[in-house]
Amino acid sequence: MKTFPVGGVHPPENKITAGTAIKHLPLPASVAIPVSQHIGEPAVVEVNKGDTVKTGQVIARSKGFVSTNIHSSVSGKVSKIDTILDSTGFRQTAVFIDTEGDEWLETIDRTDSIPAGIKFSSEEIIKKCLESGIVGLGGATFPSHVKLTVPAGKRCDTLIINGAECEPYLTSDHRLMLEKAREILIGTSILMKALKVNKALIGIENNKPDAISQLSGLAKEFQGITVHSLKVKYPQGAEKQLIKALINREVPSGRLPLDVNAVVHNVGTAFAVYEAVQKNKPLFERVVTITGRSVLNPGNYFVRTGTPVRSLIEAAGGLPEDTGKVISGGPMMGKAIPNIDVPVVKGTSGIVLIPRNESERTVIRPCIRCAKCVAACALNLEPYLLMALSEKNEFERAERERITDCMECGSCSYTCPAGRPLLDYIRLGKATVIKMARKRMSN
Amino acid sequence: MNNLLNVSLSPHIHGKETTQKLMLGVVTALIPAFFTSVFFFGYGALIVTTVSVASCLLFEYFIAKYVLKTSITITDGSAVVTGLLLAFNLPSNIPVLIIVIGSFISIAVAKMTFGGLGNNPFNPALVGRVFMLISFPVQMTSWPVPAGFDTGYTDAVTGATPLAIIKEGLKNGEPISQLMSQIPTPAQMFLGEMGGSMGEVAAAALLLGFAWLLFRKIITWHIPATIVVTIFIFTGILWAINPEKYANPQFHILAGGVLLGAIFMATDYVTSPMNLKAMLLYGFGIGMLTVVIRIWGAYPEGVSFAILIMNAFVPLMNAYIKPKRFGEVVKNG
Repeated sequence: MKTFPVGGVHPPENKITAGTAIKHLPLPASVAIPVSQHIGEPAVVEVNKGDTVKTGQVIARSKGFVSTNIHSSVSGKVSKIDTILDSTGFRQTAVFIDTEGDEWLETIDRTDSIPAGIKFSSEEIIKKCLESGIVGLGGATFPSHVKLTVPAGKRCDTLIINGAECEPYLTSDHRLMLEKAREILIGTSILMKALKVNKALIGIENNKPDAISQLSGLAKEFQGITVHSLKVKYPQGAEKQLIKALINREVPSGRLPLDVNAVVHNVGTAFAVYEAVQKNKPLFERVVTITGRSVLNPGNYFVRTGTPVRSLIEAAGGLPEDTGKVISGGPMMGKAIPNIDVPVVKGTSGIVLIPRNESERTVIRPCIRCAKCVAACALNLEPYLLMALSEKNEFERAERERITDCMECGSCSYTCPAGRPLLDYIRLGKATVIKMARKRMSN
Repeated sequence: MNNLLNVSLSPHIHGKETTQKLMLGVVTALIPAFFTSVFFFGYGALIVTTVSVASCLLFEYFIAKYVLKTSITITDGSAVVTGLLLAFNLPSNIPVLIIVIGSFISIAVAKMTFGGLGNNPFNPALVGRVFMLISFPVQMTSWPVPAGFDTGYTDAVTGATPLAIIKEGLKNGEPISQLMSQIPTPAQMFLGEMGGSMGEVAAAALLLGFAWLLFRKIITWHIPATIVVTIFIFTGILWAINPEKYANPQFHILAGGVLLGAIFMATDYVTSPMNLKAMLLYGFGIGMLTVVIRIWGAYPEGVSFAILIMNAFVPLMNAYIKPKRFGEVVKNG
């Protein structure tokens, strides 16, 4: 069974919604679409208050290379352009639209046909990704056209499609692989063409045997695509761990997958690319899992971007009485949101409601030096040491101990028997070290 | 609104392991050895264990409450583990007062002076034991012969440990082949029917505890395995060179405190290294030092000293032996 070599934890999977088919969430009365739903420069708003927009129309355009377009997810009237608190806890500009009907742009192919032939060249595909606002849907939301553009001097020979979905609770990728397998495979072929590679590997954790058999059955019809089952171990879906597990290449510290001639995209992204290229449909909706052990009707939904999390929770039977925390994303790496009026964005893979008794941190007890955090670290760092160095402001040494390698997967904090907030301090140290390094560069 | 949501950084879920559960796991792993010690040494074993655990708990409680004036930490279970391990390192006929003094040294001097759990550089139980060995050499080296409940407490019939028999005999110029007739058979030694400290005699019970520690993922095999393998190879080489002067390797593993030390004392979280590479070196060091002390030192047994000496190197090992980081680029030139 393929997996990454060091570290990792196995939290309870809690994939409550694995058997629930994806439904379309009813359109909300209004949406608030943030202009920054990706890593990089926020897009620039192109519409004004009072404008009428159609579903799929560009409402904010990318600014610079690392940026992408934002589209309206509904048809209706722009009520205001204002700031909104987003899932990261920061305020940012958003376009507020009151929904009127659901009139899509005519260019979008809304038929049920699944066109397999790829008519476009590599450059055209990359351009389409930018125009359609495609970003990495695994959660990092890095603009896909950037990842597909192989810089001069770099070479890519392998595409990896990430279907690991190693976060507990989340099932959006799982359901997508089951219900849109052919589309994902076509999307994968498109990505292969864009990258000019003839080999793609789809990695799926083996707690999703139905998805593995579904995709590997269909993959026989596609040239160069193979499906691989992976051991259930968090963080199996982390980019560098996945590359190591599937093709046994180790991305050097501080470098990118392209440095080992590989590119990783999420299955959700492959589906979005399929829709953008074959159906001309920009990215304005995605699959979101709404789940939690107290949730009445947990499920998976196609949700338009800008939909308030509240609508999604209502569709799932309302906010349970005992809710103590609402997480946007998975429980290991997701963000706790301050209120449920936060909009669903391109990177929202799930909404997990955590009961009050599980939502509070435990008492911090002294470190017993059990070394379980060292054993849990998939990057072979020493979390206990990085925390201590950050606590004591010894950032130079933290840098030498490679604090910036940390991908913040949370395995150390998860595993600590003394309930120590290892990752909190590592984040602090990491941010300070990055600041220091920037200062050094500018001097 | 009184239904405010909690907002904190990820991860939002936490594993079920706690300090207390880990300590309880160690206590559970010590149960088989406790029962065999009661079986072989009767009331003495019960008295020594009770006094040791109780005084360790009381010392920690009073020091935390009245000296350090911090929160009471005895519920974390670490003082119970120290008390048990200290008792297991003692002969079953040791007077109560000496046990209380040893517990005081373990808890007050070796643990709480440094700031309590997690901060002590040396294994508390071993510091206590070595202090007692040096301060009360007579009481600490009179070992009751295993006779179950037929034997008394401080008036128990005593005899020498297998290691002492060999050490004394060699000093008097007797060859190993003659001395071997005076020591128990390997089967007796495996089951614990020999003189020695309460917890160290029964290899079978200690191995059962080891299996539990591994199963519960409380420790990894690295430290115990390297210690045992190192001792086995080192004594094996000596034995191969001159079997009349050096005892065979299986004797060295089964006699004395090798298994108790390797499984329960050297693996103490606080005083052992933080990564696997350093753990292997640490185990190797303990194995080597044990053999050196046993064969060329003044004492017949060297496990406690070996562990304490290697404890002193742990901070250095943590600072200089680093795990190979994921994505570490090998520097050329």
